Amino acid sequence: MQAYLTLTRRELSGYFLSMTGYIIIAAALFLMGLSFVVLLEKLQLEPTLMPVTELFYITPFFWLILLLSTPVITMRLFALEKFSGTFETLMTAPVSDREVVLAKFTAALVFYMIMWLPLLGCLLIVRHYTNDPSAFDLGAVGSTFLGILLLGCLFLSLGCCASAMTRSQVTAAMISLVFGATLFLVGVLSSQLPLRPSWQTQVLAALSFFEQMHDFARGVIDTRAVVLYLSATLFFLFLTLRIVESRRWK
Amino acid sequence: MNDGLMIEVENLTKRYSGHAAVSNISFTVRRGEIVGLLGPNGAGKSTTMRILACYLPATSGTVRVAGLDVYEHSEEVRRRIGYMPENNPLHYDMRVREYLKFRARLKGLSRRRSRERVDVVMEQCDLTHVSRRIIGQLSKGYRQRVGLADALVHEPELIILDEPTIGLDPHQIRAVRQLIKSLARDHTVLISTHILPEAEMTCNRMVIMYEGSILAADSPDNLQRFMSGHSQILAEIAAPLEELNECWAQMPEVEQFDVSPAEGAYHRCALTPRDGLDLRPRIYELARQRGWLLRELTRNRHSLEDIYVQVTRPEEEEES
Repeated sequence: MQAYLTLTRRELSGYFLSMTGYIIIAAALFLMGLSFVVLLEKLQLEPTLMPVTELFYITPFFWLILLLSTPVITMRLFALEKFSGTFETLMTAPVSDREVVLAKFTAALVFYMIMWLPLLGCLLIVRHYTNDPSAFDLGAVGSTFLGILLLGCLFLSLGCCASAMTRSQVTAAMISLVFGATLFLVGVLSSQLPLRPSWQTQVLAALSFFEQMHDFARGVIDTRAVVLYLSATLFFLFLTLRIVESRRWK
Repeated sequence: MNDGLMIEVENLTKRYSGHAAVSNISFTVRRGEIVGLLGPNGAGKSTTMRILACYLPATSGTVRVAGLDVYEHSEEVRRRIGYMPENNPLHYDMRVREYLKFRARLKGLSRRRSRERVDVVMEQCDLTHVSRRIIGQLSKGYRQRVGLADALVHEPELIILDEPTIGLDPHQIRAVRQLIKSLARDHTVLISTHILPEAEMTCNRMVIMYEGSILAADSPDNLQRFMSGHSQILAEIAAPLEELNECWAQMPEVEQFDVSPAEGAYHRCALTPRDGLDLRPRIYELARQRGWLLRELTRNRHSLEDIYVQVTRPEEEEES
């Protein structure tokens, strides 16, 4: 436990000791700002009944931020340490592989959530200027952030896995971007499915991240989505653990 | 139970995709010893150390540290080892003190204990005045000391240092050697190097590796004695060439000789005595009897350098 906490702290501080952390946050903030410009313009034209969070979600920026930030956040986790050699000092310290994987994932997740915090500020600004308390519905904001957290878990665990596979940060980022984009496109595809029930469409429907996140943004928490994201996260973390362990296989 | 043995390596083999980096080596290290793993680059020193430090698994054979198998009890072994890898990787974005505290906590020291230990090792490695500097901005010598301090911070029973003095200037090398020697009182130390005088100066025992096998393992003195059979005597004498040749040929103690002209009337004689005998008094006597002028008479004791070159020299070269 002590090793896990120590390592998580170190990983998290790693983002802020180098420029990467600030650059990621700045880029995400820029995109969030853009999305809010779009959103406010829409609000100016016509009143709407949608919660602000949903308005934000239906701008294309949400997925852009998610898809671009997660590979950049996770690429350094293992690849950088393998490249610089510190992986050797890390793995020869008395820490278990599980602690290492979990600590790195936790640090990435915490950083990811910090990156999303400005969204809260944007929502508060909207509320302030619309003078409409319903614009900032705590339930909807809570479920949106839950959705962001869960989707983040999935994409970050995927990134962890990619980072553990290679010693090049660029390769790690590309692998996780490709897989992440694939997942996203599957989601897009499944949201445009014909309503012909067959097992293929059912499988695809279960993977419709697009629709599921839309639900979260509307304030609807679908347990099926929660279970899907959590189990997929566990699966990728397990894969990461096996990759880290594989070094010790005879 | 383990008879004071710190490291026991039995028939260790490590293969990387078919190529054997280490093949079937065995050696032991007793508690409190400083042992040097010596060999040219690619001899398998680093691989052996990585296996000892539980970073890589062995292909076959057993390795025990303090009686514990490195594969079965990996974490327990790692707790007892302070390991500094080759090239000394560090987190360059951290400050010295911060880094050492992070490592101490990672190695399971309590908050208070880690604070104490970090102070002690910084003192020991002469880092106190740079404790707030960023590691990436330190000179190589200081970084090396940070690596050493990290290896020491949890008071390990065994310290494994892979090429600790590589890339340092002579002054820094001396300081690091001094430090390693001072560790010997309470720790067992295994260092690897391809620089011979280093091993000669710091180690109680040397294990010479070449192409994945152990060629010789003994104390520096014994290794030298083992080689003294091949010592050579050099004499510079002013005498006619024929006379010298004839004289050496008649002397039964001389196994081989080579006479070459030096400046003036002098000739340079290189004599290899039989059974490592010391021929110097005989030569002096001879020169006095015959009235030769003798201006130099030395015995070339083989330094460990020669031993090292001899045992690690590739076969082809030896034949030619």
